[in-house]
Amino acid sequence: MKVSIEVNGRPVTEEVPDRTLLVHFLRDTAGLTATNIGCDTTSCGACTVLLDGESVKSCTVLAAQADGHEVTTVEGLSAVDGDLHLVQRAFREQHGLQCGFCTPGMIMASVSLLADNPKPTRDEVRAGLEGNLCRCTGYHNIVSAVIDASGQEVDR
Amino acid sequence: MSIVGTRVVRQEDRNLITAGGTYVDDLRAEALSGAAHAVFVRSPIAHARIGGIDVSEAKAAPGVLGVFTAADLGLGPHPAGPVEEPWLADGVVRYVGEPVALVLTEERYQLADAAELVDVDYEPLDAVASIGAALDGETLLYPATGSNIVQVNGMAEFDDSIFEGCEVVVTQTIANQRVAPAPLEVRGASFAWGEDGRLTAWLSTQNAQIARSQLAGSLGVGEESVRVIAPDVGGGFGAKIGADPEATVLGWAAKRLGRPVRWVESRSENLTSMTHGRAQLNTVTIGGKRDGTVLAYRLDVIQDAGAYPRTLFLPTLTELMAVGVYRFPVVQTRSRAVVTNTTPIAAYRGAGRPEATAAVERAMDLFAAELGLDPADVRRANFIPPEDFPYRTPTGAFYDTGEYAAALDKVLEAAGYAELRAEQQRRREAGDPVELGLGIAAYVEITGGDGGGESGRVDIHPDGSVVAWTGSSPHGQGLGTSLAMLLSDRLGVPLDRITVRHGDTDEVPKAIGTFGSRSLQLGGSAIRQAADEVIAQARDLAADLLEAAPDDLELDVERGVWQVRGAPSSTVLSWAQVAETASDGKLTADVWFGDGSPTFPFGAHLAVVEVDTETGKVELRRIVAVDDAGPIVNPLTFRGQRHGGLGQGAAQALLEVVTYDEDGNPTTASLADYSFVTAAELPDFELVDMATPTDRNLLGVKGIGEAATIGSTPAVHNAVVDALSARGVRHLDMPTTPIRVWAALSEGNAQ
Amino acid sequence: MIPASFQYLRASTVDEALSLLAAHGDDAKVLAGGHSLLPLMKLRLAAPEYLVDIGSLDELRYVRLEGDEVAIGALSRYSALVQDPVLLAHAPLLAHVSGLVGDRQVRHRGTIGGSLVHADAAADLPAAILASDAILVARGPSGERRIPAAEFFLGPFTTPLEPAELLTEIRLPAQTGQGWGYEKFTRRAIDWAMAGVAVVGGRVGLVNLGGVPLRATATEEALAAGASIEDAAALAAEGTNPPDEPHATAEYRRHLARVLTRRALQQAASRS
Repeated sequence: MKVSIEVNGRPVTEEVPDRTLLVHFLRDTAGLTATNIGCDTTSCGACTVLLDGESVKSCTVLAAQADGHEVTTVEGLSAVDGDLHLVQRAFREQHGLQCGFCTPGMIMASVSLLADNPKPTRDEVRAGLEGNLCRCTGYHNIVSAVIDASGQEVDR
Repeated sequence: MSIVGTRVVRQEDRNLITAGGTYVDDLRAEALSGAAHAVFVRSPIAHARIGGIDVSEAKAAPGVLGVFTAADLGLGPHPAGPVEEPWLADGVVRYVGEPVALVLTEERYQLADAAELVDVDYEPLDAVASIGAALDGETLLYPATGSNIVQVNGMAEFDDSIFEGCEVVVTQTIANQRVAPAPLEVRGASFAWGEDGRLTAWLSTQNAQIARSQLAGSLGVGEESVRVIAPDVGGGFGAKIGADPEATVLGWAAKRLGRPVRWVESRSENLTSMTHGRAQLNTVTIGGKRDGTVLAYRLDVIQDAGAYPRTLFLPTLTELMAVGVYRFPVVQTRSRAVVTNTTPIAAYRGAGRPEATAAVERAMDLFAAELGLDPADVRRANFIPPEDFPYRTPTGAFYDTGEYAAALDKVLEAAGYAELRAEQQRRREAGDPVELGLGIAAYVEITGGDGGGESGRVDIHPDGSVVAWTGSSPHGQGLGTSLAMLLSDRLGVPLDRITVRHGDTDEVPKAIGTFGSRSLQLGGSAIRQAADEVIAQARDLAADLLEAAPDDLELDVERGVWQVRGAPSSTVLSWAQVAETASDGKLTADVWFGDGSPTFPFGAHLAVVEVDTETGKVELRRIVAVDDAGPIVNPLTFRGQRHGGLGQGAAQALLEVVTYDEDGNPTTASLADYSFVTAAELPDFELVDMATPTDRNLLGVKGIGEAATIGSTPAVHNAVVDALSARGVRHLDMPTTPIRVWAALSEGNAQ
Repeated sequence: MIPASFQYLRASTVDEALSLLAAHGDDAKVLAGGHSLLPLMKLRLAAPEYLVDIGSLDELRYVRLEGDEVAIGALSRYSALVQDPVLLAHAPLLAHVSGLVGDRQVRHRGTIGGSLVHADAAADLPAAILASDAILVARGPSGERRIPAAEFFLGPFTTPLEPAELLTEIRLPAQTGQGWGYEKFTRRAIDWAMAGVAVVGGRVGLVNLGGVPLRATATEEALAAGASIEDAAALAAEGTNPPDEPHATAEYRRHLARVLTRRALQQAASRS
């Protein structure tokens, strides 16, 4: 079917198989490869993007379901040579990433979390990111990054 | 001012956080245009004879370019361990997940449709699904060998007389359970043969150069005919060392089809087909005096090697590190490795050392519990003292430096150990159903233990920029930034003028890569050595330019200029000016650092858990850690490595386990079933700093990649047992899941 | 992993959805938030020929107080329910439980109706609905019918809905002022419950203690007869037939049911 999605402010329209997953539409049709696939059971969150401003796992949404809607990926948070988004900057400053594979999804989940809870506690960040797996960081610095991005002091 | 030792944010990050990096499945290289997509058909049965494979229906499916089985391959034998692992199953399958056929299609979405149509006739055989079943030997994986035991090391028979003078002897069998490395990026690769007959392979690997040699060998071409590129790699943890067998089959298929091939496995495939780690069954026996002095220690290791042993150094490395941080007068070890109808076992963060540490640290706690002594006191009574270094252990390890008692004291003080013990006692007296548990682990490990060296190259260009190539292959560790910091300090060149490259065999032909926490001590020393060679070249060139004797010149690293010693106001030369005069247009040094020998990082961890004795649920409340790996180049990434290690180590103690049913069917084959730890299960980590240098490399550094994993597992494990100790529980195996804790309590209460 | 091929059909009204379902019957599946169905399809455990996407039927997203009943549109997402003021005031158990389903991303997509129709005994909502004495409203070719929650969960993943029927609404008596509690026991926060207990008023719903969500009737009867919380909770596993798995045996689940029931009842008592 013909699917039109506004991705990072840019309309992307393409005829794709009905079964096309949003994550593949983003990676293969829109050419935005930051959004990653880390599992096949809606578990890992590496594919997290914003759909109409809310975090979703794009491996468990059909491109057809997003037809006519807006999607934001990590590429849409800042231009490659432009200013970093607050959350991006905080992930870098706090060393909230190592291998980087979970990072685009983790950043998008964090953006969504902060939209709902602008001043979370560290425990609220942990609970809020339970759907995003990271194998490298032990999560400590990811939590610090979200705290930092919220404008609160990182004290550990 | 030196930047080494200061907190520097990573150079690697910007691309990763804005564009998501370029992992192998992200590649859109021209050479891969028109690539076929690939999927392996894998065995759904643990042990079976293959009666036949009918690929006709699959071949007729939409978009199918080829379906291949073992009969098609014509590759040479797979260079492997004691038994040969076929590239694709040849007559028999020996684990669920073993590759049986390869399907190639035009489109990614056609893969699963076609793979479903490959019809394999399996004639089931009895499965050997556990170490116990392997030792029973009723069913043999390789009947021709006559046994499921594929390697024996150490003492043939133990000598019980070593425990004769002991007042107390404790013995316990401890399962160090099988876990999945589970890097967030699964395995993936792309292959393109050029018109010049050269293969380019993009591989998610920790070791491009090893992979290159493996692929060249298995495909029967010269090493010069294979180029391996490791793009961004989404974690490895030991399970992406070199090239897996799948890579050879895919490289072959790309040639056979005459078009590029790209492959990325699914997570469910990854959890059954990427190697697993740990999987040992260890029996410890510890004896000593009532005052807590250990007189004799024995470790008996049984390694489950999986269906096809790939890395049999694991159990012997466990033997080598058996005594940990203790001065045990008499030690006996032995190891046996067995084959089972399960996924092959290989390195996983720590690889042999966590198992040794878990065994000896449980043993120390069991010994202390038997004596009614505080586990901290028993450890202090047996530490190898600082004045004994360098220290050769009874099992042959040659420790460099260690301050084991100091590490433990720092941790206990930072944690408030005495107050925690008092709180534990208060809860017990009040009958609180939520018990507090304290777990100590003191550890030493070995890094750079492979004994190999590493390459490093440094170029300084006439524009003053520095480009360095390392044979190490970082994939998240932040080594690039650390190496740039070392160069910046040594050369006096600002960080933003330094680029560190790695992972392309055409750029770095000779290297070993990243595993065993070797990268900073070996790769870093190589970069240091190359920098010093460049400095030596520059000194001669600058001497000519300044008409001074080379010995009278000095490099002012504050300003990054060459000048005559003692005459700072005279003419100075920038790196650019010196590089301009170099004979081949740049200063360059390409070295092999081969002088490094293994180092022995150490530390101590304290874990605090709460256990709900009504449900069995364990909550990890705190981990306080000293991880001493010598001088710290970048505290930011150093702490990051420790955090990651603590998370993975704690996860093994609390949650993670790969399980099979008795028929060898995996029951944890997706991330919905495998208990990969999340942020919600872990506490903030409390890190205490300590830095004891080594003299075994140019930088004085030890490896930090695995250390915290090694200490944290037994610390958390010991904490859970400690929480239950007043309720009759002496030991329970990891992971300390709710049902196991509940079962242990039910048994403990019954006693 | 990628689903088998299907034809995607989007309904823009409830009537259109019903006519699409009528046309394709057994070959069609309803796609709401997709967070039960799409994971099954990706693993090829489900392979419908047609998907009828009702996700854009905003008319089925609402929570209203109608007299002394709360009416919840079947397409209401967990993320909306968790903070819905009507629900928080009149059915706080459901708001709370909605916040425990999956993770934040799942709650942004998953719907209450989707969860109930999927009828997984390990899910949170079915037991909460059961304890809430809810009525499930379905529409089909022959009009509307109301199914009490107690008659809705027929077996594992089985409901009385016909292929051409659509769950449109969940109605429950307002729980204003009634004590409630929910206990969910998992290894990790994101896991499905090994066991769970929903309490509201004197009713007790059990998660994952059998092939369907159950009421702990022995406990309810004991409470009604004046038993203490401890004594009543000790009966929570009576008549259950929980799944028996290595990581959570039937015996362990029964034990958990008793402990969690006591705790949920204590929560409810503290809130009433």
